[in-house]
Amino acid sequence: MLHIINKSPLTCSTLDGCLNTATGGDLILIEDAVYAATRGNAAESRLKAEMGKFRVHVLMPDLEARGLADRLIEGISPVDYGGFVELVSKNKTCQSWL
Amino acid sequence: MSSIEVGGKSYETDEEGYLTNLSDWTTDVANYIAQTENVVMTDAHWEVVNFLREYFEEYQIAPAVRVLTKAIGKKLGADKGNSEYLYGLFPYGPGKQACKIAGLPKPTGCV
Amino acid sequence: MSDARKFMFVNRKAPYGTIYALESLEVVLITAAFDQDVSLVFLDDGVYQLKKGQQTKGIETKNFSPAYRALEDYDVEKLYVEKESMDARGLTEADFLVDVTVVSRAEMGALMDEQDVILSF
Repeated sequence: MLHIINKSPLTCSTLDGCLNTATGGDLILIEDAVYAATRGNAAESRLKAEMGKFRVHVLMPDLEARGLADRLIEGISPVDYGGFVELVSKNKTCQSWL
Repeated sequence: MSSIEVGGKSYETDEEGYLTNLSDWTTDVANYIAQTENVVMTDAHWEVVNFLREYFEEYQIAPAVRVLTKAIGKKLGADKGNSEYLYGLFPYGPGKQACKIAGLPKPTGCV
Repeated sequence: MSDARKFMFVNRKAPYGTIYALESLEVVLITAAFDQDVSLVFLDDGVYQLKKGQQTKGIETKNFSPAYRALEDYDVEKLYVEKESMDARGLTEADFLVDVTVVSRAEMGALMDEQDVILSF
């Protein structure tokens, strides 16, 4: 399944909540959650540790908007809106961790 | 929603006559808006209008009158960076009128 | 300006995900016209507001970050960033699009205590 996170990892616990509960699959970081995909963020080690279990994606237009496109953590795959749609259609179910 | 017609083309504006799309602006449109404001454009007017467009390009805001006055003084000299000079060119307010002619939104904080 | 009241704007939200950052900036620009002693502080995710290199074309949203550079024209010159917040996000002073004063969490708390008015975003 696809897990969608849209909140910053440092102000909201939804990324942690997802990682604690979900068993794996695709995970996409959008809107303010893209900060979790940047090197040096306090959430970096947790996310990296889970990358064997999850295929982690990040919505690039949101990362570019925030001026951090050059800080993407290695191993996270960048997607555009088309790629986001593909992930949604490819997975049978989606969970948005609002 | 309102619009103005210049040279056979229609341009969308808000209810106060400010252009909706910054990219619609041309010197013809500026001249037309100036005319509706009873302002006859001279080189001195263009200097202020062009200054405003550059300011917006750089900072993405239409400056408040006080800020505009100071910034013009810095760039074009103290004889132009004062309200007497600017209100002489734009009697209904350099912020409101010049911004409208420059195709910018109404200055932030201008009510 | 000794009789001016001390106003502090507390910015704690990242830009674009919510409207807080833009609203704060607009209120700052409006109130800056009234000759008050204004400080802007950036802590928690608010530090992201000042990140250089924002490109919002892809999300079809106005990039309002250049306006922080106009604050100087508005005589708003006191910008503070909390060090702990900056560090936790992998940012350094060189990442910001304006000059800021970096203060510790303790200094930030003390700065808040000095204010007459605090506006929270």
